[in-house]
Amino acid sequence: MKVAIIKYNAGNIYSVYCACKRLGCEAEITDDPKTIREADRVIFPGVGEARAAMQYLNQTGLSDVIRNLRQPVLGICIGMQLLCRHSEEGDVDCLGIFDVPVVRFRPSSPEFKVPQMGWNTIEKFENPLFMNLHEGDYVYYVHSYYIPLCPYTIAQTDYDGYYSAALHKDNFWATQFHPEKSGSVGEQILRNFLS
Amino acid sequence: MLAKRIIPCLDVKDGTTVKGVQFINFRDAGDPVELGKQYSQMGADELVYLDITASHEGRRTFTDLVRRIAAEVSIPFTVGGGIHELSDVERLLAAGADKVSVNSSALRRPELITEIAERFGRQECVCAIDARLEDDGQWRCYLNGGRIPTDRYLFEWAHEAQERGAGEILFTSMNHDGSKQGFANEALARLSDELTIPIIASGGAGCKEHFLDVFKVGHADAALAASVFHFGEIPMRELKLYLAENGINVRL
Repeated sequence: MKVAIIKYNAGNIYSVYCACKRLGCEAEITDDPKTIREADRVIFPGVGEARAAMQYLNQTGLSDVIRNLRQPVLGICIGMQLLCRHSEEGDVDCLGIFDVPVVRFRPSSPEFKVPQMGWNTIEKFENPLFMNLHEGDYVYYVHSYYIPLCPYTIAQTDYDGYYSAALHKDNFWATQFHPEKSGSVGEQILRNFLS
Repeated sequence: MLAKRIIPCLDVKDGTTVKGVQFINFRDAGDPVELGKQYSQMGADELVYLDITASHEGRRTFTDLVRRIAAEVSIPFTVGGGIHELSDVERLLAAGADKVSVNSSALRRPELITEIAERFGRQECVCAIDARLEDDGQWRCYLNGGRIPTDRYLFEWAHEAQERGAGEILFTSMNHDGSKQGFANEALARLSDELTIPIIASGGAGCKEHFLDVFKVGHADAALAASVFHFGEIPMRELKLYLAENGINVRL
């Protein structure tokens, strides 16, 4: 199976490559449109800032490449947020696959730190992406912005209220958490996506 | 609910772990990668690797090591030590580190935090602070692993670091470090209540109860320790079960 990891101006891409490799899958980190289009699976990962990332994707033409993909695509963290309509981070229009906004955490109490950093549980999931997982399994999060619950939500997490832990629409999946950093639970999610 | 984090810290020199690590049935206690994998399997939530190498050659060894850790360890890890400029950060993040920790270099040039946050995002930057409670009742910040006093103080520096874009504060109390008498809970609680970013507590862990206190009394978001884990004095799994039994939300 050919797996393409989209290379752009965001961090954490090598970690995704390593996670795939641990599962026995040699992915290619690439910004070449042809390689991305021809891959069996595409992963759109990253840690970064939304405005700078969108600027880069628009300038390089990767925006259109990603929008028009037909194979299974997995967005991770900022990759998930960039697949949405608009991000409050830098007030920027994003790729619009998921017609939902990305908003900033506004804690109701000081006990909720921003960024949310660490392990939190995923709940109420119902999608092949979460096959063989259990309600309340822990995954690793690092983020200051989130996607509210919406019709595309396929898993939720509670941090001062419930929000979208993962989204799905057609051939696009996305997780707010980092499966590549979530130990054996994350490995199972990546395995599900890659199988 | 977000879990409180337990973080073993590993000192690395010229590519090997410095302090002896005494796990039962553990063959290569000096290999930071093997150690990281072991800790990950035992239930550690994150790892911190501190490079205490002084030489230029050693730095390259550390970068290679970071690449190996990224390849084999499936939980997040922070790297610190010898990070002076943006190119150091870029090199370590490209090698697969999840976060970088800056300490003396940020005290000397606070703009470094701003630069890291703007270039890589604030979640990538941990601001580590070594401070000592002086006789005048003030927490003074120290440089170079606690060797050189500065004219900066813990709370104002932590606030500035947060404003400049640090994503977390890693506070080590020099008074408590190595004492095994518990964490600096009073100062930690004040930090945690005043700041909006997560606080990692460091220095003073000696028994399981100290971890319970640092979360309950010190309001810490995470607790870091070295020797109690390395010497097997507090088994990770046992610690987490104990915390869970006492009402702390941990990942089991």
